[in-house]
Amino acid sequence: MREFDLGRAVPRTEDLKLLRGRGRYTDDIVLARQCHLHVLRSPHAAARIRAIDTTTAAGAPGVLLVLTGADAARDGLGTFASRVQRKRADGSANFVPPYGMLALDRVHHVGQPVVAIVAESIAQAKDAAEMVEIGWETLPSVTDTAAAAADGAPAVWDEVPDNVCFVHSVGDKAAVDAAFNGATHVAKERFRINRVAVNPLEGRTALGVYDTSDGRYTLYAGLQSPHVMRLELASNVFKLPANQLRLISPDVGGGFGMKGSAHPELGLVLWAANKLERPVKWIAERSESFVADHHARDNVSTVELALDRDGKFLALRVATIANLGAYLASMGVHVATNNLGGLAGTYTTPAIHVTVTGIFSNTNPTCPYRGAGRPEASYCIERIIDIAAREIGVDPVELRRRNMIPPKAMPYKTGLTFTYDSGEFEKTMDMALERADWAGVAARRQAAMARGKLYGAGVASVIEIAGGPADIPLEEAVEIRFDATGNATVLAGTHSHGQGHETMYRQFAGHILGLAPERMRLVYGDTDLVFHGRGTFGSRSASAGGAAFLGAAKKIIEKGKLIAGHLLEASALDIEFADGRFAVAGTDRSIDLIEVAKSSFLAARLPRGMELGLDAKAVVTPPGPTFPNGCHVCEVEIDPDSGVAKIARYTVVDDVGRVVNPLLLKGQIHGGIAQGAGQALLENMVYDPDSGQLLTGSFMDYGLPRADDLPSFEVTSNEVPSKNNPLGIKGAGEAGTVGALSAVMNAVNDALAPLGIRHFDMPATPERLWRAIRDARKPGG
Amino acid sequence: MADAIELTVNGARHQVRAQDDTPLLYVLRNDLELNGAKFGCGLGQCGACTVIIDGEAVRSCSFPVALAAGKQITTIEGLGTIDKPHPVQKAFIDEQAAQCGYCINGMIMTATALLQRNPQPGDSQVRQALAGNLCRCGTHARILRAIARAGKEMAQ
Repeated sequence: MREFDLGRAVPRTEDLKLLRGRGRYTDDIVLARQCHLHVLRSPHAAARIRAIDTTTAAGAPGVLLVLTGADAARDGLGTFASRVQRKRADGSANFVPPYGMLALDRVHHVGQPVVAIVAESIAQAKDAAEMVEIGWETLPSVTDTAAAAADGAPAVWDEVPDNVCFVHSVGDKAAVDAAFNGATHVAKERFRINRVAVNPLEGRTALGVYDTSDGRYTLYAGLQSPHVMRLELASNVFKLPANQLRLISPDVGGGFGMKGSAHPELGLVLWAANKLERPVKWIAERSESFVADHHARDNVSTVELALDRDGKFLALRVATIANLGAYLASMGVHVATNNLGGLAGTYTTPAIHVTVTGIFSNTNPTCPYRGAGRPEASYCIERIIDIAAREIGVDPVELRRRNMIPPKAMPYKTGLTFTYDSGEFEKTMDMALERADWAGVAARRQAAMARGKLYGAGVASVIEIAGGPADIPLEEAVEIRFDATGNATVLAGTHSHGQGHETMYRQFAGHILGLAPERMRLVYGDTDLVFHGRGTFGSRSASAGGAAFLGAAKKIIEKGKLIAGHLLEASALDIEFADGRFAVAGTDRSIDLIEVAKSSFLAARLPRGMELGLDAKAVVTPPGPTFPNGCHVCEVEIDPDSGVAKIARYTVVDDVGRVVNPLLLKGQIHGGIAQGAGQALLENMVYDPDSGQLLTGSFMDYGLPRADDLPSFEVTSNEVPSKNNPLGIKGAGEAGTVGALSAVMNAVNDALAPLGIRHFDMPATPERLWRAIRDARKPGG
Repeated sequence: MADAIELTVNGARHQVRAQDDTPLLYVLRNDLELNGAKFGCGLGQCGACTVIIDGEAVRSCSFPVALAAGKQITTIEGLGTIDKPHPVQKAFIDEQAAQCGYCINGMIMTATALLQRNPQPGDSQVRQALAGNLCRCGTHARILRAIARAGKEMAQ
């Protein structure tokens, strides 16, 4: 078996570069004559702009350019698009706020860009920003999700007095209502999923270049989907042919969904570069990131589960209010409405109905963040199952077991939207329970309680769509180019920003073409070099990128057979390709792919008339979406005196389909759990309800998980290959987060149950836990 | 007016012109083109900019360049080479502790300073040393294992 093959635990080939400080991130790119852009942002959650006076700032030392929203309007610059449309209850199209780069006469959230100042140094630009005079007339604001949807809330937009962007319903309402009428038991609870900041360690960055010789723009920025962002900037903002714009996304220090979202600064640096005919750089400072980045999650759901006398799920009813922010992020409406199918979970619930009300508030737009609606959907079903189990007196594991979709039912059309292709949910759960020593929970609980602690255990059996959307999955593109030395360059439309794609594509090349890793170079993240791509998001790169690689490789093999047949003096029909060699069937005559590639550049070694070279492109639409799933088991210990919750044990058994590389996979699962557990226990974006000011604007106020906050996670795979992917891959990027919110919060709630607490919302921060425990212990509390 | 400041970085001497209070990180990146230390927050809250000064892990984004004059500054570029990575770098590879790579400079430099002082730190000492280093990819568990592995290597 070759070293770089599918399924092998190959160490990353990226590491020697990254671990020696030789990564090349956007801020590491320094261009001659580059100048620096600073964004003056709204200090108000809602205000009218009476006047902006930039005269003094424009004359300040080192200042090269000052831009306002009025300048953008004069230059005819457009607005960012919302890529998903929904309707209001009356059938009218949802309101799309005009999302320009700079505010014109109103601001709608703290941090909204108002004036851009470019100077020789960033210090000069910041000094000049102090000299800009803005006449503000502040207005009432609303930031809280439920409050924004309430009657009488201040209107974020004059055009939308009730703040309702859309009302989106899915599922069979009549069937659900009928099932509830016939139910033996109904469990009902309201869940809040708090707002978080994405916070990749490399903040957002942008370096804009305008080439005066040909009028072309180049943007260097950390982007998950360079081609998609090129289309956005070219079509919607600058109204240029896409070939006039080159996007380069070099090494990127984490994206997690947010770096797929169009932000104003991407356009600002290009616009300023054009005006100054100099490169213009913008680097987010961290406090700026908190108020300038798109945020994530933030919804409130009322969830009802109907059960019969045997504990079988009859129906699920969900009503969600989703906070979209003041403007619609590129995929903000997508998050709230397109991954609802996950509500079905791993269960046979026949009837499901969900209504999502998307609302505007005076907050940053919300965008996809690891899971993008999937963890939220899983949380609704997994949390209500635990509540129902407690109410009807059935063990939560047993209740799940009674309702799980059996493997023999596959493909299984769920009660809502999705049809699963494969999965062994009960086996996966049993594997997880065994590895977690579920039988030992009672003893560990007793031991903890003897030490004065609260102790809880939680299970979540979750599933998510990957490589979607459900009806027709998005395509991906790969090009394989051999050169005259017999080496290959693989150009991929996916983008690696921590996932280890360089290693993954080398494994594809090893598996499919028998190519040694040192013979392959991966190129991605440059729209001039890579011809097409959808990019990296939604756990899709291994499955969609793998399918595209396979498509291109098949074309390489087809042409290779023609060349090999010619060289081996046999019919191409008799040539077989395996393990990197073309052989005449039934003989010992063969030639390897490297020799065939070299020969392809020599006309004398080719069939007469054949075009030289060995290269192929493929744009592949996978036959269907995939459904990674898994079971998470978490145990939490809470110190009632301090309110500190610690994860004591965490075990996952995941079915991500065929595993490409167990090392990369476990890294992805670990990271996903860390982000899910971070939200469950530590992270929280808090606005002051009266002023609309963001109170959590730095790492001193916002709890990113640290080494001391997380245990070692036990991760095992139950590989059930996907039938919807030619390589059997399901995807792994979001799986950890999808399960972690539910598993951690089920454990926290299990720990709090003896105090009579029915449901405790995330985040389980020490302060919130301490208050809840104190209140529960009050006499009569 | 900016003064001439003499810095010794990775054993090499440099004359740089900078205001005394310029963060060392800016001088390393902009003047000396040593990009291994990263700008993560600019406030000393994330650790991505960590360098070692006279054996101590220091947040270079909030360390005035003038205070570094005459001291031994080590950046990640000065640790190891492709052929001979530093034991900490090698351990991070062996444990596959990196993902996006952005925090990793700080993790490696903080760990190196710790292990130089104490090659066999306990788990809680390592966690304490990393209290100021953030990683959003969530590779903490592997980073802890890598540091333990490097400590064993360096103690031999």
